[in-house]
Amino acid sequence: MSFVVPAALEAEINELITHYPQPRSAAGMVLHALQDHFGFISPEAMEWTAAKLGVQPINILELVTFYPMYRQEPIGRYHLKVCRTLSCALAGSHELYRHLCERLGLDAHRHGPQTTEDGRFTVEFVECLASCGTAPVVMVNDDLHENVSAAKADEIVGGCP
Amino acid sequence: MPAEYRLILKHLDEPGYEPTLACYLRHGGYSVLRRVLALEPRVSPEGKTLSPQEQLRQEVSLSGLRGRGGAGFSTGMKWSLVDRKSGKPIYLICNADESEPGTFKDRQIIHKDPHQLLEGMVVSAYANDVHLAYIYIRGEFPQGAKILNQAISEAKAAGYLGKNILGSGYDLEIYVHRGAGAYICGEETGLIESLEGKRPYPRIKPPYFPAVLGLYQCPTIVNNVETLCAVKHVIEMGGAEYAKLGTPNNTGTRIVSLSGCVWRPGYYEIEVGKATLRDLIFDPAFGGGLRDGRKLKAIIPGGVSAKVFKAGEKVKLKARNADGREVEQEVDVLDLPYDFTSLIAAGSMSGSSAIIVLDDSVDIVEALANISEFFAHESCGQCTPCREGSLWMAKALHRMTHGEGRAMDADYLARIADNIPGGRTICAFGEACSWPVQSFVAKFKEEFVAKGKADEERRSASRQPADVPSAP
Repeated sequence: MSFVVPAALEAEINELITHYPQPRSAAGMVLHALQDHFGFISPEAMEWTAAKLGVQPINILELVTFYPMYRQEPIGRYHLKVCRTLSCALAGSHELYRHLCERLGLDAHRHGPQTTEDGRFTVEFVECLASCGTAPVVMVNDDLHENVSAAKADEIVGGCP
Repeated sequence: MPAEYRLILKHLDEPGYEPTLACYLRHGGYSVLRRVLALEPRVSPEGKTLSPQEQLRQEVSLSGLRGRGGAGFSTGMKWSLVDRKSGKPIYLICNADESEPGTFKDRQIIHKDPHQLLEGMVVSAYANDVHLAYIYIRGEFPQGAKILNQAISEAKAAGYLGKNILGSGYDLEIYVHRGAGAYICGEETGLIESLEGKRPYPRIKPPYFPAVLGLYQCPTIVNNVETLCAVKHVIEMGGAEYAKLGTPNNTGTRIVSLSGCVWRPGYYEIEVGKATLRDLIFDPAFGGGLRDGRKLKAIIPGGVSAKVFKAGEKVKLKARNADGREVEQEVDVLDLPYDFTSLIAAGSMSGSSAIIVLDDSVDIVEALANISEFFAHESCGQCTPCREGSLWMAKALHRMTHGEGRAMDADYLARIADNIPGGRTICAFGEACSWPVQSFVAKFKEEFVAKGKADEERRSASRQPADVPSAP
């Protein structure tokens, strides 16, 4: 399977690179752009990025393996990130995480992101999302949901087309 | 009566207030920038000619403004350390990586009043001869990044940003750079590495002080979102006038993020030091007290890396009595004014001004386990004491919260925590991951020991073979 970056995306990436005196600085933003488009970052995407920025593929792999938000595997259409950290935990985020896993047929005791068999949902425990005053919070793709009770979580999941 | 003093948050929660340029302009936006760009060189009382940039920097020094990100370092001092003779470009970076657990103040500014941040940045950039600036925003704020990008294009189209700003001949570009979920990017040298497209491994100081060897080895200023907004107000009011807000050495206003077991969690802007921890937690204008008739157990006063206070804890503070003599005063932690110096004097810190309140229903071992798991996840792995130590502590606490504790675990945890900080690591993460462990274990030792003992007893009871006859 050949790796093709559509012209519009490449134009967007070329523009991103102009933001920096040194192309390598754009690496993080380029990876976001590729991941947003392809859903994950493949080895081919890393090689493409490295060539684009004039660095070695290892310089890109080391970013993908370090930063928690980059992933090398596809995920579900809806990515549910439940905050694990203290203020959300005090407000019941661990119970909420278990509830979501059970509802979606996932194992709450397993580590790392998990995706439902139909590929619709990925549930993941993440560190602080910086909305501690409205705990517990859940991000669904780019949207933040606040004060999420079990009932509200059901509503969110049920409302995903 | 303690009350909020909204300076930075003044408009952003008003009904109908929008993050648009039109709305910002209706509320007097960019008038400070207009004034700043019109400044002329001025002769100081000492007969020295001060450039507009020097005048602005002088106002910021005069204001006593301290960084709102966590360390509380003087902003005027930070700016004065910038190497202006190197001939290299000077960069400004807005640290919008807000990721200290408990903190959610910058989120409000970014989402609801992005132009205030931009105005603060343009003024700060002008004051420091900066022509290229970045906003490093955490990856978990995708909407925030969109809002900022939208605000930047609006500001550029209207001439508040870009080439020849308001016809002054001054050029400045601001770009938004998104992080990707790593807490260590909030550390300024880690942030700079990240912005260079690398792993965010913090750099060692000396020699890598950003003011001299920052982004691309050029002089660089890294300021927090709230700090840059405060600069706008400092210039608007004048440094001396701004310094009248708050208390000496703790000037201005601060946005406090309050969360945990209180009735009214939220963000509250106060004059620094003009409200006590008791006010912030119990006063109806702020937290409104604990929920469900619970009792206070502990306070984390400045983000999870700050040392915990135990309810009822007394601390000794130095104060001046009526005839000016210095006396030692014993106060309850709840009566500490919420400022930089008092909390440091009391052995903790106001950090990123995030207060997390724990009530008596909270299992203190569970709470520390949660914090330690965070730090184990976020250690960048560069320095052995932090990489290994943060993980050992998290593992021991995981054991303790899963029925496998030992009575000696309290001492074991303290010993690990004591061997991470104090110059053994490149950056302050070493301190950040050990302070909660040191303070929780020291102040709640009996709970750690009791939990470990109970586990030991239960295990030894279940180990008794059933067929062994009991002793006569």
